[in-house]
Amino acid sequence: MNKLTAFLGSDFTYRFRKDKVAVVSFCIVVFLVLSAVFAPLIAPYDPYDLKSIDIMDSELPPSWNEDEGDERFLLGTDPQGRDMLSTILYGMRISLMIGFFAVLLQALIGVSIGLLSGYVGGRVDAFFMRLADIQLSLSTLMVAIITLAVFQAAFGAALYSELAIFMLVLVIGIAEWPQYARTVRASVLAEKHKEYVDAARVIGMSRSRIMLRHILPNTLSPVLVISTIQVANAIISEAALSFLGLGMPVNKPSLGSLISSGFEFIFSGSWWITVIPSIVLILLILSINMLGDWLRDVLNPKLYKD
Amino acid sequence: MTENTKTPLVEIENVEMRFGGGGGFLSSPQPVVKALNDVSLTIEKGDAFCLVGESGCGKSTLARTVIGLNPPSAGQIKYNGNRIDNLNSRDRQPFTKKMQMIFQNPYASLNPRMTVYQTLEEPLKIHYPAMSRAEIRSKVEEVMLSVGNDPTWGERYPHEFSGGQRQRISIARALMLDPEFIVADEPISALDVSIQAQVLNVMMDAQKERNLTYLFITHDLSVVEHFGSRVAVMYLGRVCELSHTNDLFKTPRHPYTQALLSAIPKIDGSGVNPVKMSGEVPTAMDLPSGCVFHTRCPYAKERCSREIPALQDNGDTKTACFAVEEGRV
Repeated sequence: MNKLTAFLGSDFTYRFRKDKVAVVSFCIVVFLVLSAVFAPLIAPYDPYDLKSIDIMDSELPPSWNEDEGDERFLLGTDPQGRDMLSTILYGMRISLMIGFFAVLLQALIGVSIGLLSGYVGGRVDAFFMRLADIQLSLSTLMVAIITLAVFQAAFGAALYSELAIFMLVLVIGIAEWPQYARTVRASVLAEKHKEYVDAARVIGMSRSRIMLRHILPNTLSPVLVISTIQVANAIISEAALSFLGLGMPVNKPSLGSLISSGFEFIFSGSWWITVIPSIVLILLILSINMLGDWLRDVLNPKLYKD
Repeated sequence: MTENTKTPLVEIENVEMRFGGGGGFLSSPQPVVKALNDVSLTIEKGDAFCLVGESGCGKSTLARTVIGLNPPSAGQIKYNGNRIDNLNSRDRQPFTKKMQMIFQNPYASLNPRMTVYQTLEEPLKIHYPAMSRAEIRSKVEEVMLSVGNDPTWGERYPHEFSGGQRQRISIARALMLDPEFIVADEPISALDVSIQAQVLNVMMDAQKERNLTYLFITHDLSVVEHFGSRVAVMYLGRVCELSHTNDLFKTPRHPYTQALLSAIPKIDGSGVNPVKMSGEVPTAMDLPSGCVFHTRCPYAKERCSREIPALQDNGDTKTACFAVEEGRV
């Protein structure tokens, strides 16, 4: 309780309240995340339950359309006859899950490599940084498309659709670690020549303890900032891959695969299948990015602002 | 200070330190900086050994080499007769307990993310893992009190303290392991003059109570006069004069020391009468041949640019100077 009141009275909270964009973005993100987490409770239908889907309900427009709208389906239905609202909620759940775990994996790999290469230096540093250069010279999408396409071809689409979510986390997670490694390495290089690190060495602390207990906590604020941006990026990558048909399968759609599946029907007038998930995706990414920008400004007040 | 004991505690033998050079795969070689050249000093038990010299003369490098932060490029460092510069970190453990360091900048030498208590208990947790929480707490409180800090500061973070308070916290950290030998790298030069005296007194009290030996690095000669028992004057990575504090201030022999001391303002109003020196300090990347001081020395002769003078006893002090040897100064 004490800690909570201290937090509410802190400078951080004050600056958050002052910034309307941050408050609105935060509310949107929290609302979207909560509705995704509690999708099974909120959603009117279970889009994974094939028995509840009726093909006769397919491509119904949103309920405010007076001619064909059906009050059972608030946001209309997709080509399979699934309720769009439920599918979007479940899809966002998958998108957020992939975004979150992929970033967790990126951070884990990137922070460890950055810490090690910044602190140890020399050949270790040269090796990992050249590896990062190589990784960055291949775009995330290129790596992901090649890996996923090879996997799909080698193990068949059935196994792929089961493992798609793990594969996406793995591929997006591994492809983007250099972002973290470079940021962390740069801060480690700045920190390791400070006298408190020398003091720790004089005390006789082991290298790993110095790295984890002294240097790491002092490099975490930029990590926090890039994490927000990276979650957004991971969701975008997943959406792009799904749009290209290499992401989540049609029976377990993410936001990206929903947009993609609706794309085929856009010329027949069924705009809602593509447009509504797109709006949700844009809203989600925009709010996360706004929140990340705000966080960067707060944690790094020296950065110039105009 | 205490002069009765004469056992050497730390022996620095022909230590050299070079930075740069190298260059390997995809990186070009850097110019070699000779920061320390053939430095030999003996610090005796109970000494407050001061190291003076201008910026860039290698004082801090020597301090870091002695404490083990930079292993020397050549030469040896002995502690109580045991060679320590080539030990790995495990074999070094018994010596790290005995040797501690106080840093120059109290704003950078405390980890900003750790409370004062966490900073102080850490050395004990590493070297005495068997110690109970209560023992650690009482030890921290005892040391905090002995340096004039309030033990209730423990839960606060370093940014909540002033420079002098932080420097006392870092002195407390150095004292946590009950060391015998403390290297102080310009511990007061970042502080206000009024606070400098306070911190110096804390260090002198600790020396009396705990029987400490100091290697004290400074460029403030009045601090040396007040604090030091012996002094070494350094110039461009070499020791040019070594003596007891009183002798050095009474009869400086080396031309460089004379110039340094002549620059101290006198309180009796007799004014400053500095020995004027021409030119600048040569760079350590390209040392002059022979005596490193000959380019600026008013007594320099042709021999000074050919041969390197060794540190020799001249009666009152030890000097590395041909002019003193030949009786020209």
